[in-house]
Amino acid sequence: MSALPDPRLPAGPIADAWRRTREELPLISPLRKRQLRVLVVGTGLAGASAAATLAEQGYRVTVLTYHDSPRRAHSVAAQGGINAARPMAVDGDSVSRLFADTLRGGDFRAREAGCMRLAELSSAIIDQCVAQGVPFAREYGGTLAPRSFGGALVSRTFYARGQTGQQLLYGATAALLRQVAAGRITLLPRRDVLELITVDGVARGVVARHLLTGELEVHSAQAVLLATGGYSNVYFLSTNALKSNATAIWRAHRQGALFANPCFTQIHPTCIPSGDPGQSKLTLMSESLRNDGRIWVPAIAGDGRPPQQIPEAERDYFLERLYPRYGNMAPRDLASRRARELCNAGHGVGAGGRSVYLDLRDAIAEQGRAVIGQRYGNLLEMYARISGDDPYAAPLRIYPAPHYTMGGLWVDYQLMSSLPGLFVLGEANFSEHGANRLGASALMQGLADGYFIAPAAVTAWLAGHPTPAVAADHPACRQALDQARGRITALLAVNGSRPVDAFHRELGELMIEHCGISRTAEGLRAGLAAVAALERRFSAEVRVPGTAAGPNPELEKALRLADFLALAQLMLRDALAREESCGAHFREEHQTPEGEASRDDARFAHIAAWEYRGDGAEPRRLAEPLRYTALQPSARSYR
Amino acid sequence: MTPGSSRISLTLRIWRQENPGAAGAFQRYRLEAVSTDLSLLEALDQLNEGLISAGERPVTFEHDCREGICGSCGFLVNGQAHGPQTATSVCQLYLRQFSDGATLTLEPWRARAFPPIQDLAVERSSLDRLLAAGGYCSVNTGQAPDANALLVGQEQAASAFQTATCIGCGACVASCRNASASLFVAAKLAHLAQLPQGQPERRRRARAMQEQMAAEGFGSCSSNLECEAVCPQQISADWISWMRREDR
Ligand SMILES: Cc1cc2nc3c(=O)[nH]c(=O)nc-3n(C[C@H](O)[C@H](O)[C@H](O)COP(=O)(O)OP(=O)(O)OC[C@H]3O[C@@H](n4cnc5c(N)ncnc54)[C@H](O)[C@@H]3O)c2cc1C
Ligand code: SF4
Ligand code: FES
Repeated sequence: MSALPDPRLPAGPIADAWRRTREELPLISPLRKRQLRVLVVGTGLAGASAAATLAEQGYRVTVLTYHDSPRRAHSVAAQGGINAARPMAVDGDSVSRLFADTLRGGDFRAREAGCMRLAELSSAIIDQCVAQGVPFAREYGGTLAPRSFGGALVSRTFYARGQTGQQLLYGATAALLRQVAAGRITLLPRRDVLELITVDGVARGVVARHLLTGELEVHSAQAVLLATGGYSNVYFLSTNALKSNATAIWRAHRQGALFANPCFTQIHPTCIPSGDPGQSKLTLMSESLRNDGRIWVPAIAGDGRPPQQIPEAERDYFLERLYPRYGNMAPRDLASRRARELCNAGHGVGAGGRSVYLDLRDAIAEQGRAVIGQRYGNLLEMYARISGDDPYAAPLRIYPAPHYTMGGLWVDYQLMSSLPGLFVLGEANFSEHGANRLGASALMQGLADGYFIAPAAVTAWLAGHPTPAVAADHPACRQALDQARGRITALLAVNGSRPVDAFHRELGELMIEHCGISRTAEGLRAGLAAVAALERRFSAEVRVPGTAAGPNPELEKALRLADFLALAQLMLRDALAREESCGAHFREEHQTPEGEASRDDARFAHIAAWEYRGDGAEPRRLAEPLRYTALQPSARSYR
Repeated sequence: MTPGSSRISLTLRIWRQENPGAAGAFQRYRLEAVSTDLSLLEALDQLNEGLISAGERPVTFEHDCREGICGSCGFLVNGQAHGPQTATSVCQLYLRQFSDGATLTLEPWRARAFPPIQDLAVERSSLDRLLAAGGYCSVNTGQAPDANALLVGQEQAASAFQTATCIGCGACVASCRNASASLFVAAKLAHLAQLPQGQPERRRRARAMQEQMAAEGFGSCSSNLECEAVCPQQISADWISWMRREDR
């Protein structure tokens, strides 16, 4: 491939462009749909909603997930809520405001047509979820009760206590199970997708490992949808589930799918900090806490007094000081960066001085303990369980943690990757969030992709590309099988002495140091060399016990880590090549005198899409220029 | 206020079973000087790293989110599903709950409808089949009315939410002497029956899910209420008595 495929952006004004596009997309008769099989990998919000909707339309759908049950996809962990522009709001919200906030929040590194479509679809998502029985918070009068959320000045976030993702996911997986019962979905749980199968350059299936028997299986179809989530686990410690991984998208990348903006990763400001080296994950505290919590550090560096003994005048409420308009609600990347800087300057508290306070004291004094308990009870209980501290008596300690990956496989306006027949949904694609995602917008995007966009786009693709079935012994299938088997055999054969996690921990430390909240050319180059060296040590020294047959969780981990090691190098390269600061990507060389990100629209108003060119070969960086008609790029200012 | 983290030593008696056909047995392991800031699953991670380095097979247990929400984790700790702490999944159980020198016996859920897999892992897909039997509102994408056309009172929404929080961990089944899934089924029925969206299929759903429960080999409820005590989401067993009045 030498040039980027056509992103198929709509012509004309971006408002209403998706409706116009959709009306012109070809359709398929219900009868014909029954003869077509679509494969969906992943049962998070994106995968479950797409699978259910495609099946309702009549397609035969095969669904694969590594979990034992669709309900366990990591979407279940989303706490805060889902954005939607619904006209009934009295605070002046509108579709165009949600559009503008998304584009601005992403620091003008997303496609405007995509952002507009999201805003336009958002309201219908809420309708769909409510019809499924999602119990969103309600006003006394019975109407929906939205709230405001990080980076927004209006109340447009719909929520179900601190478990919004769970409730939305159960709505989507219930719809999926209903289609399983109807015989239209074949649900294949406990399958790890290890390779993509392409026939004549078109995605036609996957190779999956059955996680109980160890058997490698071929699954073919007329179209393949990947909805496999994000890759924050490249950092080892993150807010993702321990098995969240990049394998499916990375293997597709190696088969020709371009990888867009891999370095755009979001570090979330309000997580429970790490303590012991044996810790396995970082737990997010919903940033809805920032509605009532005030974030501060001791004004005197090295102040070792307990928080209650630090008088008001010696507390630095740094977000309120720096961003008076937004205060504690300042966007995630800014909140994270400021916290890190202050900790580096010696103002941090807690273990190793690596956390800041989030204080509910004033909110409790004003509104009462009962109100705060009702609002955040489950979050505060979780905090107490993990930290052993009482959050009602003393401020919580929080620190930024890797949370969300804006980067992912490049897709066109119809969610198709550069590999024909391969669609990518949810966090796995490079999405509409540009260089920084707004709070509560991932759930919106995943469900827009799954319920509304992918079903229309997949139908249009299949209408134009009648494809005969692929036999399981087709050379392409055998080749993909051999590839997967080869990787497994190689990992088992190393027979070194160090467990997988030891390498993963090391990778995480390198990535957070060199490709985290703040980046420099020098650090990125050092990171690249160090990760390449780690990759070599991994393939020489790892110990994967057991055999290819039967359950082997260590083998699963090793396969995932091998792909993370390769992806990490692409992230470092991408961060190095993007010589500007934008959104969550902060290059220290490129900042304003106030220390804010300094974007370079002349050179970098584009999406970077990387092409794989073989192991050991330099990947090629392609650029899709970004054009703005509805909103002109302005400096992102929250001061 | 940095929490005083300390270190303790533990003896773990863990059920080891290579595969469903093999005979299982308890095996003893020592963990020396582990930080009380670690979770029990993180202690198992440490144990496993040691076993791997020593050339032994690591202990298999289910987990993923490690924050109490995905429902993957679950085994008995000293006979109690998810361990001694109330309203807590086992991944959220921290070692500060235990004293130095304690012995913890870890064994898998045991129920006819949950066949064993390996060590502490069992197969719980029977729960999904209960849901597939009717745990949904039959509405296709694109058919939904305006969300505000269906008014739901604040308390009603909160109560529906409470029952909808079940994470499908199976602890209620594992702790029930009849291995009944009544709490799980009642929670789903109650979630949807409390909302206007759930009304059209209410009776059919109640019948279908209860029939499926019997078909899967779950026992019936004899009101011992162990389920409620171990449920990490604190779903009330009152819903089981409520369920008896549904449908029949
Ligand atoms: C703790 C937390 C809180 C969050 N809170 C919010 C919030 O309040 N609002 C918001 O908008 N966003 C939030 N987000 C972000 C949002 O939840 C995610 O971006 C979104 O849910 C991702 O959905 P998904 O469907 O793309 O992927 P996931 O839900 O991650 O699902 C991935 C699926 O793919 C499967 N899979 C992955 N790899 C393979 C493979 N190789 N083989 C087979 N199957 C595979 C998995 O089994 C799973 O079913 C939060 C994220 C986290 C981590
Ligand atoms: S009812 Fe409670 S114990 Fe039973 S599966 Fe649901 S969450 Fe687990
Ligand atoms: S690992 Fe997800 S609930 Fe325990």
